[in-house]
Amino acid sequence: MTEDKKLVQRPKPGTIHEAAAALADGQTTSVALCEQLIERSRAVDAAINGFRQLDAEAILRQAERSDARRTAGQEHGPYDGIPVALKDNLAVTGESCGCASRILEGYTAAYDATAVARLKAAGMLCFGRTNMDEFAMGSSTENSGYGPARNPWNTDCVPGGSSGGSAAVVASGQALAALGTDTGGSIRQPASFCGIVGMKPTYGLISRYGLVAYASSLDQIGPLTADVRDAAVLLDVVSGYDDRDSTSIPTQNGNFNQALDNYDIGSLRIGVPAEYFNVEGLAPHVRTAVETAISAYRDAGCEIVDLTLPTMKYVVAVYYIIATAEASSNLARYDGIRYGARASTDDVLETYYKTREAGFNKETKRRIILGTYVLSSGYYDAYYLRAQKVRTLVRKDYTDAFQKCDVIISPVSPIPAFRCGEISDPLQMYLMDIYTVPVNLAGNCSISVPFGTHANGLPIGVQLIGDALQETKILRAAHWLEGVGN
Amino acid sequence: MEPTTNTDFDVAYIADLARLQLTDAEIAEFQQELDSVLGYVKLLSEVDVEGVEPTAHVVTRNNVFRNDSTRETLDKSAVIDNAPESVNGDLIKVPLVIGEEADGVA
Amino acid sequence: MNYDVVIGLEVHVQVATATKLFCGCPNRYGEEPNTLVCPVCMGYPGVLPVPNEAAIRRTILAGLVCNCEITRLSKFDRKSYFYPDMPKNFQISQYELPLCLKGSVDIGGKGFSGDELPSKAISMTRIHLEEDVGKLTHLQFFSGVDYNRAGVPLMEIVSEPDMASADEAYAYLTALKQAMEYARISNCDMEKGQMRCDVNISLKPAGSDEFGAKIEIKNLNSLKAVHRSLEYEIERQAGILDSGGTLEQSTRGWNDDAGETYLLRRKESAHDYRYFPEPDLMPIQVSDEMLAEIRSAVPETPAARRQRCEEEYGIPAYDANVLTLEKDCADYFERCVAAGGPAKTISNWIMVELLRELSQSDTAIADCPVSPENLAALIGLIDKNVINGKIAKTVFVEMFKTGADPAAIVKEKGLEQVTDSSEITRFVQEAVAANPGPVQEFRSGKEQALNFLVGQVMKLSRGKANPQMAAQGLKDEIERFG
Repeated sequence: MTEDKKLVQRPKPGTIHEAAAALADGQTTSVALCEQLIERSRAVDAAINGFRQLDAEAILRQAERSDARRTAGQEHGPYDGIPVALKDNLAVTGESCGCASRILEGYTAAYDATAVARLKAAGMLCFGRTNMDEFAMGSSTENSGYGPARNPWNTDCVPGGSSGGSAAVVASGQALAALGTDTGGSIRQPASFCGIVGMKPTYGLISRYGLVAYASSLDQIGPLTADVRDAAVLLDVVSGYDDRDSTSIPTQNGNFNQALDNYDIGSLRIGVPAEYFNVEGLAPHVRTAVETAISAYRDAGCEIVDLTLPTMKYVVAVYYIIATAEASSNLARYDGIRYGARASTDDVLETYYKTREAGFNKETKRRIILGTYVLSSGYYDAYYLRAQKVRTLVRKDYTDAFQKCDVIISPVSPIPAFRCGEISDPLQMYLMDIYTVPVNLAGNCSISVPFGTHANGLPIGVQLIGDALQETKILRAAHWLEGVGN
Repeated sequence: MEPTTNTDFDVAYIADLARLQLTDAEIAEFQQELDSVLGYVKLLSEVDVEGVEPTAHVVTRNNVFRNDSTRETLDKSAVIDNAPESVNGDLIKVPLVIGEEADGVA
Repeated sequence: MNYDVVIGLEVHVQVATATKLFCGCPNRYGEEPNTLVCPVCMGYPGVLPVPNEAAIRRTILAGLVCNCEITRLSKFDRKSYFYPDMPKNFQISQYELPLCLKGSVDIGGKGFSGDELPSKAISMTRIHLEEDVGKLTHLQFFSGVDYNRAGVPLMEIVSEPDMASADEAYAYLTALKQAMEYARISNCDMEKGQMRCDVNISLKPAGSDEFGAKIEIKNLNSLKAVHRSLEYEIERQAGILDSGGTLEQSTRGWNDDAGETYLLRRKESAHDYRYFPEPDLMPIQVSDEMLAEIRSAVPETPAARRQRCEEEYGIPAYDANVLTLEKDCADYFERCVAAGGPAKTISNWIMVELLRELSQSDTAIADCPVSPENLAALIGLIDKNVINGKIAKTVFVEMFKTGADPAAIVKEKGLEQVTDSSEITRFVQEAVAANPGPVQEFRSGKEQALNFLVGQVMKLSRGKANPQMAAQGLKDEIERFG
């Protein structure tokens, strides 16, 4: 444990906004920032396995260019030169984009994801590729084709998943911030396990172009950061309409960072759904953390609204039908023909079988099979169509709830980080997603903010959920709670 | 939750549809695990969905189109370099398409 | 035994857009392999489709041309199957809510085999829009894929089993092709795969209500192949049934060289396409305004135009038919008439001189170097006796070569007709003097002798004399000395 404690120390500057200030003041350079992070990574990542790839040379070349821009007074805004780690399922031209899967070995992305293009336009640097559950399928980053990632608070424990690598590198001071993706909790749950901030924005706020699809109607890119302000900063950089994504929402770019400068917390109504506290297996410390947060909001003058979300008991079932169905189709393209690894045989069918057998791990196969089944002839209506209808009811529950409150408070995960290998039954693992999946089903926004610790010393996250496009409200609620926690 | 057996669910058949080759041990394992998952998701059958429209998208905007104008294409070398095998750097090489599948479907 | 033949067609037609259906790659045929591709149409990890509005509008136009009902709220679905020519191993297609439903195409006239076809409407089930797949080339030990075609907008046009003979199927396809070409929806070049056809055929004892085994013939790549394969298949199936055999549902291929079909697979193998709504694409809502806009682009049907040309310009039915086979040709004809030429003369010039030059030089009428205005001007020169008809043909050939204005050519080459009577009188006198024999014959009543003498005058004038004036002059001259 003492060894592990060292892993969560963060060098200074430890956030994007601190680094931006230091760069502006000339107290540091992009090269110095990156060198510090790379050095830290060399020291600690062997124990964490948070990066799947970190090309120091290429990063330092980018950093030098940024410093040259700044010296010439031509920096692309305040964040020029600040590195951001990227989950291995976001496309960057010329880099691998392996989704931590062996099946994509040898594949080089030929284009930038829109979110990546926006980071680059702001002068920010792509800082390595973080480990993840293969194709974002998992809640522990144990399903990586490149070895599991570990929790920096206790390397016997998982960092959560699927953006476990992103969360772990930020928590262990190897990166200032990271982008991850969240299909059913894949940003929020690892953020909570690693004691950092993780946000899933409204579906359609950040373009999905260049995010390797797991479940298209649920996937969203989002920030994993050291604090709430950084989440707002990254959101300002990467959000906005994109004509390459038909599901992108045409909105005015928000100024989320500025929204944290001045607000009245007492004006927010905090919703507390009864169903959230009746979940089987909810750890007492997690319950206490959420209750403490509720009391704090009450004391600050917030109205606390009792809610009911009757569809709560169905959300995991709905999620696993819809997500796996879409995944079975999205992952059909990995066949070894056009890119990636191929198991060569002299028959095309045989090549498909062998390539996919060798390239996918067990959880991926499990979900492809489940998804294929629920779409197959004769079962579509009973599973997929019914799940889509129940999804409508889930959305309605949230729409109704947001008539009565501004932010819904809830746990992120019923338990804090568990030990590697501790949960082997897939269904048991799936049921842990109960607090996070409904947000994706409804397309709302949500943020996980560290609040309190478990008896075992591991961090706990509290989730704040907002209606679609109400990012400002949850960012303010989280920013305020972060102040209370510190 | 007691694992429920779903006799309709045949892992081997479904895996074949998805072009996944599984060992006998994997088939047995997935059959048991996924029977249990399917048993769980059956709880949706108790929901009254009469007259409820399915949700395919959380945000629905109709007619999101693009203009019929060209955008940049990839360099052929990038396409060929990404392919595991090529025919003279020209076509993407694939094993012979034979048997039942020989005529495609579309 | 007599059999009723039941035929249905599934026709794939590429939409002639500038770019592909879901990305901005050019929609072009015949380029170097794998050069018209991008991450989207290659199905690279992370890409998303965005639909091309022009492809959607033209599919709706196709529906209007074929009298379909247009689906007001339509959507795309994914159709899953693994095949190396399909980059995502699913095809974005339309399953539940295709853009167009229930149409029809009229056929009639003379069938391909020469028999009369009764007029009949062939019903259509649906037209939907989907993405085309890449092109597989089968080599000796492996295959190769070119993805240039992958993602090209492709309409699938499904007919009802309404056709009862190879001639009807041929007529339906021809009519469909003409309609698509007329409305500029597709170029329908079957050699380039822009139009492809699968047929379903079954035989049942004449008058019976029970359908026979459905046999599909796939990948027919010319109109002729459709006709020949159906004739072959009807005979083959009838032969089996006559000898007491039975047929089973199967899919067959067509060997064009051998002129016969061959078995591809027995039974329709149990494909499970796992259709579900495409989560990356939003629904298509066809508003009244959008529909009205598209409807305003619906061209006159070939049949209506044929009839109008006949009535409005007083040209024979035969001419109207030839001129309206292609929309471009009909447009050309009408522009000539608008430029002031007499309709029947124009029709003759187009059908004889123009179509010959076009076919010899393999030029499309849209690219014809002779503008309709110039053709009308040429005919005007004949009417105004500036040149005669024979010279006009020479001028026309020159116009086709250079695209020049006819008056300029006539002037430059000094081809004006000689209408100066004193000059003509000189040629006449010379001709009479040099040909006493024929002159004598004409005097004794042999009318043809005059033609010979006119020919001599034309020769002397190097073709430029006005033939009517020459004839009159000859008569006057011979009479005067008679």
